[in-house]
Amino acid sequence: MSYKMPMGPYHPALEEPYKLDMICEGETVQDAKLHIGFNFRGIEHLAETRNYIQVVALMERVCGICSNIHTLTLCQAMEQLTGLTPPPRALYIRVVMAELERLHSHVLWAGIAAKLMGFKTMFMECFAIREKVMDVLQAISGNRVNYSMNRIGGVNRDIADPLAVLGMVEQLEREMVSTIIPIFTTSTTARSRCAGIGVLTHEKAVSCGVVGPTARASGVPQDLRRAAPYAAYSELEFKTPVEEAGDVRARLLVRALEIMETCGILRQALAKMPSGPIDTGEAKVVFSAGTAVSRVEAPRGEVMYSVSWKENSRNPARVHVRTPTFANMPAIRYMVMGARLADTPLIQASIDPCYSCTDR
Amino acid sequence: MNLWNRLMCICRRRSPWLFHMNTGSCNGCDIELIASLTPRYDAEQLGVRLQGSPRHADVLCITGPVTHTAVQAIHTVYGQVCGPKAVVAIGSCPATTNVFIDSRVVVGPLNRHIPVDVFVPGCPPRPDAIVQGIAKAAEILAMRGDTETAVEASIAPDFKLETTEVRR
Repeated sequence: MSYKMPMGPYHPALEEPYKLDMICEGETVQDAKLHIGFNFRGIEHLAETRNYIQVVALMERVCGICSNIHTLTLCQAMEQLTGLTPPPRALYIRVVMAELERLHSHVLWAGIAAKLMGFKTMFMECFAIREKVMDVLQAISGNRVNYSMNRIGGVNRDIADPLAVLGMVEQLEREMVSTIIPIFTTSTTARSRCAGIGVLTHEKAVSCGVVGPTARASGVPQDLRRAAPYAAYSELEFKTPVEEAGDVRARLLVRALEIMETCGILRQALAKMPSGPIDTGEAKVVFSAGTAVSRVEAPRGEVMYSVSWKENSRNPARVHVRTPTFANMPAIRYMVMGARLADTPLIQASIDPCYSCTDR
Repeated sequence: MNLWNRLMCICRRRSPWLFHMNTGSCNGCDIELIASLTPRYDAEQLGVRLQGSPRHADVLCITGPVTHTAVQAIHTVYGQVCGPKAVVAIGSCPATTNVFIDSRVVVGPLNRHIPVDVFVPGCPPRPDAIVQGIAKAAEILAMRGDTETAVEASIAPDFKLETTEVRR
């Protein structure tokens, strides 16, 4: 006889409120239903009441983990409408911020995944290393979470001494190589807990349209930094790690390899950073009427902003956000079908869900 | 105050257990709360622990601008925390609703719904500020005396509690 197991929305194991209804047969999950919307703050509507400077500060608060990515995407869309082109140094600074954010997001995810595996030591270790990433972010922007680095036509703050930041990044890379990566790739505890569970096959990944590390772990080699380069990514060399297995371990490996690639991108970007101004210096910007679309590869996958503007308006007519978790959510259902009940928290965390982005 | 109560007050100052509740936060404050318990800031070595159930907690940590869907849950969880209890509002959102002011689904600030003891300002506040806020809440907790007076003392005179039942 099957029974329904409700979990959430305000549940101690979850960082964010959402509700998961699982239909179980004994210990096996037959089906799952995900209810979201507990974090709905009406940001898209609020954006229509804010002017082009306020809307950047508002959109930064869509998500506290990938705050920089949201302003980057919004600013890119607004730059298309104003016709401004950021100077090369600003583009490199945007790459550095985006990659540092990817680094801290992946390490944070590794910590949460370790906690869900019951590997508390690793959780603490990940957060200790994450603090060092936060130090670099704080050294550049002065803040730990909402960096407010992006503006229309450039960035707000310069990286005065890229080589000093380079030293910090290299030390960070050494720590990643010596602790996080080996534990997640070779530890038998981690392997026994995540190999073969939550499998998302290649066909299902394509039909669900998953994005980001979830797609790359199922053998879909998609990466917007390569497919549709933005900022300065076309001038940097990096690989896109792809795994074929599609289980939680594959997602773990993809993120571990991405941490290494990110360190490589950071080293290149900091070494190659051109000199010059960091913004266009326009005192007043004029928007042309129309709709602009911008896409960016966030730590969790593709973020898309569609920004509409009316003639002679200071406020956007519409700001629409499509977040990676929205694309990845339907896949959770296929991952948990047939899984053991005890594995479901780890499986749903393996897509790195961010419901505050998705609900807005 | 008898000797037993005085002893309890001294004990309450140590090792406050937390229950964290997200009422529409952007994750920024939530992550900083976790960061304040992990090795760099290490509030956990002072006995500050995140608890799974509100019934085990002394201090209720609330983040987020209080969305419409969260109001009922706040009242329920506040009622479930055993007295004496303290409420810490982490971040600018529960204090003023921050950038989400004027939103039709945000019904904050938090002190319209439950009495708040400590506000930790910042968007998001740094982990050391959060640790300081929790330490202040622990002091308030110690002054709250026994269970009977705690509930009355924690409710401001002009405050109308909207729930029908406050469980102690």
